[in-house]
Amino acid sequence: MRQLMQGDLRILAQAEEHNPIVPIWQEVVVGAVAFALLCWVLMKYVFPRMEQTFQSRVAEIEGGIERAQVAQAEAQQLFERYQAQLAEARTEAATIRDDARADAAGIREDVLAQAREESDRIIAAGRDALAAERASLVRELRAEIGTLSVELASRIVGESLADEARRAGTVERFLTELESSPDEDVASAGVR
Amino acid sequence: MSGEVSVRAAEVPFPPEVEDFYPPSLIDGAGPWLTKITLLVGLSIVLIVFFFLFAYRKPKLVPGRMQWLAEAIYEFVRNRIAGDIIGPGGVRFAPYLATLFCFVLLNNLFGIIPGIQFSPMAHLAFPAALAVVSWVMFIYVGARKFGLAGYLKKSLVLPAPLFIQPLLIPIEFISTFLVRPFTLSVRLFANMFAGHMVLLVCALGGFVLLNAELVFLRPTSLVSWAVGIALTGLELLVAVLQAYIFTLLTASYVQGALAEGH
Repeated sequence: MRQLMQGDLRILAQAEEHNPIVPIWQEVVVGAVAFALLCWVLMKYVFPRMEQTFQSRVAEIEGGIERAQVAQAEAQQLFERYQAQLAEARTEAATIRDDARADAAGIREDVLAQAREESDRIIAAGRDALAAERASLVRELRAEIGTLSVELASRIVGESLADEARRAGTVERFLTELESSPDEDVASAGVR
Repeated sequence: MSGEVSVRAAEVPFPPEVEDFYPPSLIDGAGPWLTKITLLVGLSIVLIVFFFLFAYRKPKLVPGRMQWLAEAIYEFVRNRIAGDIIGPGGVRFAPYLATLFCFVLLNNLFGIIPGIQFSPMAHLAFPAALAVVSWVMFIYVGARKFGLAGYLKKSLVLPAPLFIQPLLIPIEFISTFLVRPFTLSVRLFANMFAGHMVLLVCALGGFVLLNAELVFLRPTSLVSWAVGIALTGLELLVAVLQAYIFTLLTASYVQGALAEGH
């Protein structure tokens, strides 16, 4: 088949020699029209859209970077605010602690002072009471001693005229009287 | 020996000739309008258009695989060619340059895709059409920025002593305005043409060696095919490189037209 075709070609070639340096004008026309068609389609419908895509891609990336930057700035701001708040809280806590410490010291001092005052007061009252008691005792004793002395003297004087035996009995009786009255223990002890 | 080869050539066409590059018309009477070559050019634009429209039917900020590939191709031309050569203002040329790159690249790759194995760029007509577009474009861009007279003056009159200008101006005119479309198109065409020719020599040469009357020559056909496969790898490199160079030079011409000084 190929041989046949080649043979035919040879015959054709003899009739019409081709020179490769001379372009066939029909092919120039075909090539120009085909290329023009290709240019029209690609340059109108394809490549401008590619440029659009590139641009929107660039915009998308730039927008993304911008958004990220904004977000980062926001986060930084938030972080700083939190830190400021934290520092504030810490200072406040320290102040509160100091205050509390100062308050506690004050309260302790107050309590101590109060206690001291109270004890002083109690001691003073005790002393006063003691002194008053002592004074009244002394006063009582004085009066009793007087009475007793007078009584004893009158008895001694009254019975000095009786006999020796009775004299001994009077003294004995007086002493017994003294011992039998329990209320006058102290007084009698003081007397003795 | 040469007699033997020519005898074998009757079975396998060898050596390959220029006429092997001109397949017959697919429909009688259509002539060069409808051949394997023009069909391939049409296929290339259909493939490119469908690829890009499919990959970019629903563009997302986070691209899928297809969208990523489409964007990678465009971004390569946009940043590595338009941006690096023309400068920041070159981005407005990126869509054209990317289209040019895709068109040349796919048509070059047809040269090594199994089943197709012919690059339309091996016909001077297609590189020439593209080169003319590049040529018109850089002149138009320069003329729009500086005015036609200003642009011509800027590109032709160099800061040189007056007595040398009669020599310099024609040289500059020829190199800038006459030769550029030819060098641009012939570089691409010749690379693709030669590449196809070399692959043909290896592939057909293998068959010729296989049919050789001297039996001990026959195994060397394997060597021929192995070299052909290796050269196909090289052709892949050439296809990509030539598409890149064509786009790069177009960008470079535009940059030269836009540059303030010479």
